[in-house]
Amino acid sequence: MTAPSNKWIGQSVGRLEDPPLVRGHGRYAGDISFPHQLHMRVVRSNHAHGRIVAIDTAAARALPGVVAVWTASDIADVPAIDFREGKIPALDPYRQPVLAADKVRYVGEPVAAVFASDPYVAEDAADLVTIEVEELPILLAAEDPPGEFSPGRDTEASIIRQGYGDVDAVFRTAPIVVELELAIGRHSGVPLEARGAIGRFDASRNLLELHGAAKVPHRIKELLSRMLGLTPSSIQVHEAHVGGGFGIRGELYPEDVLVCVASMRLGRPVKWIEDRREHLIAANHSRQQLHKIRAAVDTEGRILAIDDRYFHDQGAYVRTHAARVVHMTAGILPGPYRVPAYRAVGHFRLTNKTPAATYRAPGRYETTFVRERLIDAVAVKLGIDPNEVRRRNAISKDEMPYHRPLEALGEEIEHDSGDYVGLMDKLIAALEWDKLKATLARRRAAGEAVGAGFAMFIEKSGLGPADGVRIEVDTSGAVELITGGASIGQGFETVMAQVCAEALGVDYRQVRVTHGQTDRIAFGIGAHASRATVMTASATHNGALKLRAKAIEMAASLMQAPPDALDIVDGKVVHRDRPSGPSMTLGEIARHLEPTSKTLGDREPGLSAEGWFRVKHQVYPYGLHFAVVKVDRETGGVVIERYAIAYDIGRAINPALVRGQIVGGFAQGLGGALMEEFTYNERGDPLATTFADYLLPTVKETPKIEVLLREDYVSPLNPLGIKGAGESGVTGVGAAIASAIDDAIGIPGAVTQLPVTPQRLKQILNGRR
Amino acid sequence: MSEKREITLTINGRSYAVRVDPRRTLVDTIRDECGQTGTHIGCEHGVCGACTVLLDGEPVRSCLMFAVQAEGRQIRTVEGLAQGDKLHPLQQAFIDHHGLQCGFCTPGFLMLAAGVLEREPDISDEDLLDVLSSNLCRCTGYENIVKSVRAAAAKMTAARR
Repeated sequence: MTAPSNKWIGQSVGRLEDPPLVRGHGRYAGDISFPHQLHMRVVRSNHAHGRIVAIDTAAARALPGVVAVWTASDIADVPAIDFREGKIPALDPYRQPVLAADKVRYVGEPVAAVFASDPYVAEDAADLVTIEVEELPILLAAEDPPGEFSPGRDTEASIIRQGYGDVDAVFRTAPIVVELELAIGRHSGVPLEARGAIGRFDASRNLLELHGAAKVPHRIKELLSRMLGLTPSSIQVHEAHVGGGFGIRGELYPEDVLVCVASMRLGRPVKWIEDRREHLIAANHSRQQLHKIRAAVDTEGRILAIDDRYFHDQGAYVRTHAARVVHMTAGILPGPYRVPAYRAVGHFRLTNKTPAATYRAPGRYETTFVRERLIDAVAVKLGIDPNEVRRRNAISKDEMPYHRPLEALGEEIEHDSGDYVGLMDKLIAALEWDKLKATLARRRAAGEAVGAGFAMFIEKSGLGPADGVRIEVDTSGAVELITGGASIGQGFETVMAQVCAEALGVDYRQVRVTHGQTDRIAFGIGAHASRATVMTASATHNGALKLRAKAIEMAASLMQAPPDALDIVDGKVVHRDRPSGPSMTLGEIARHLEPTSKTLGDREPGLSAEGWFRVKHQVYPYGLHFAVVKVDRETGGVVIERYAIAYDIGRAINPALVRGQIVGGFAQGLGGALMEEFTYNERGDPLATTFADYLLPTVKETPKIEVLLREDYVSPLNPLGIKGAGESGVTGVGAAIASAIDDAIGIPGAVTQLPVTPQRLKQILNGRR
Repeated sequence: MSEKREITLTINGRSYAVRVDPRRTLVDTIRDECGQTGTHIGCEHGVCGACTVLLDGEPVRSCLMFAVQAEGRQIRTVEGLAQGDKLHPLQQAFIDHHGLQCGFCTPGFLMLAAGVLEREPDISDEDLLDVLSSNLCRCTGYENIVKSVRAAAAKMTAARR
């Protein structure tokens, strides 16, 4: 390290985001207001399924302060919420209308919208809207026979198939077959900040603005442009501070479209802030699947084939992601293992529940639970250790890159690099597993219900194909990095500033990171699918190197030195061999590059550069989870005694932030494994509508965990070797805890459903399944 | 709807004369009428604690009170924690120990911890966990929040001696 002050990558530097946030100066959606704004309140269906007979808005309209009350007929020209990827003819009929027109299909569905000058009045008025509904049969389970969605169209939106090899032939001759039926509950990201959106139409510039966006501002702009028939340049989307993303925040929802349309038609800014009950019944749910899976194995425990038929409970409509999660499920299920023949058939079905989409590690949390339950079952069947089954089936480092003819997010899967068994061995050594195993066995013999379980997984990260950034240095030497990436609380600004600072040769605190503003940069991928660090950081790296070259070229002519004799240290161009000798600041160089500068010569004006990064394949980071649990046989309660996550991230830009991502992800996985669940009664009424029913883990339920963060196999697919961190903490939690509970209660295969609530575990212990 | 009332709220030592409906919650009034948006709304039913403020030194859920009930009381919010450029030890500790990610729950945790540490500077680790379990965070998994509060408590104790 020749210039330690310039080494930012790999350092756990403090976050640029924090100072305003700890002072209460954050600017979240609820903190954004415009003069003369109206407040919107959405009237939602109280019926899970029914035909709308009449909607009476007269009393609401009569309330002083109410400006308008809309039902579907008032916005008949606004189409249903479009898919991100555009038209998908087979799924188009299942899209959600902005306001329900003829039928309601879940409790919480928007039916009318009230606009008033005060939010309290808007809520009063919404209570005065009455909806008469003729009830229709309610469908609540995806595995039940499909019902009618609309005339001539049933509730099975499509069947997803992925696979390879002659699965049937393998099963006909397989010496051993293991079969399981496994269910994953309905949960979701549930960020602490509920959704919010402010639409504002600036008639003076003929410009529609959406404020309070998150996650994918440029995609939202595209979608709105398509849906509202406006040119892309007449819409700008602005990200604010975001109180947690997790996949669900920032998609285009009916409410976002409503505030935009209302701001144009009512001529005033329109603000909508969701309350918690609305959030729990109207924002995307996720995860719910039932898998009927079987594996053919040889007598040594080697997997010969996997055959999975699963039912994906999509809820009432297909939202912006279309079939992404159900498709990803089929592609990623084999995970880290060689599976010579494979067939997955996914029934993508609608039910009368809140629509579903992505939640952190979509398709992976579910399939890791299913696949690792299968590994445990194979181990039990053969009487060998589950880790031995993993060892015999895991793709080895010599097989990398490992191609599998399956798709995830529309691209063929290619495991880029890694040593899965090697990482397992490192974890086993770090845990002193043999000793721990013996201790647990002794405690069990003494009557305690304690046990341990492992889960092995792969993640996917850095979806391409491209991202670009612009970097500008002003005449004071301050750097602005402009990206279409998004910050959802993960430390995006800090990480991008570190990468930019490293390549450019400045202090990372000198870099202002501007993100999520569609009027500042034409393209952006946002923040999802653990893409940001891989894609945006790689583009930033490339851009900063270009900027650096431009600064050095200008300085070389002014300092009369060859470019390769110069370096940039702490924002100053210096001679490599005489760092304390003559120097020029980046601010001075920027002045020389101004359009009117006499020293500009034939150069492009401005000390600025664009950086692009393109990639063909995603990267596939990998890891293991490990849990020790203690079960209370009386209550069915589960306490996590110990938890460890081993993860190979390739290269960590900021290890403290990576650790933060993993620990935070773990807590969400824990909720999904033991506590959180959106349940419904037989009429389709949601039963989890407050934080008293939908139980997020508190500090009391969340143990301190051990993180074995490795940088063993850098990714060959990007210049910094990064693999992405956002989802690894959550992926294996359900699987590892399920395995540990089986072990603790001494009933192999006992856990077949997540979450393992005390009631469910008590039923297992009582022998009633 | 009953008549609006004129009340004066004292927030971080400053007086705010506002006209509010009797039903207007304290948190809405602090945010919308007094412009102090650092106090956040996470659930509006007193579970998540994002709206925690100090009322005469006690942490309370400002979503569960009406503004008119807070008249004549000393309200402290996150905006009042720092002394000019100098951050409160809790604010500094949250930065130093990566005690926040999205930052939405942070003001509530800061005020909860500030209230408790002022009353009980030598609070035991176990009691501290009890107190902190009354607020929700969805990003951090709590580990670094606990670390931050303990570090600040140690610093505040040392500063008193």
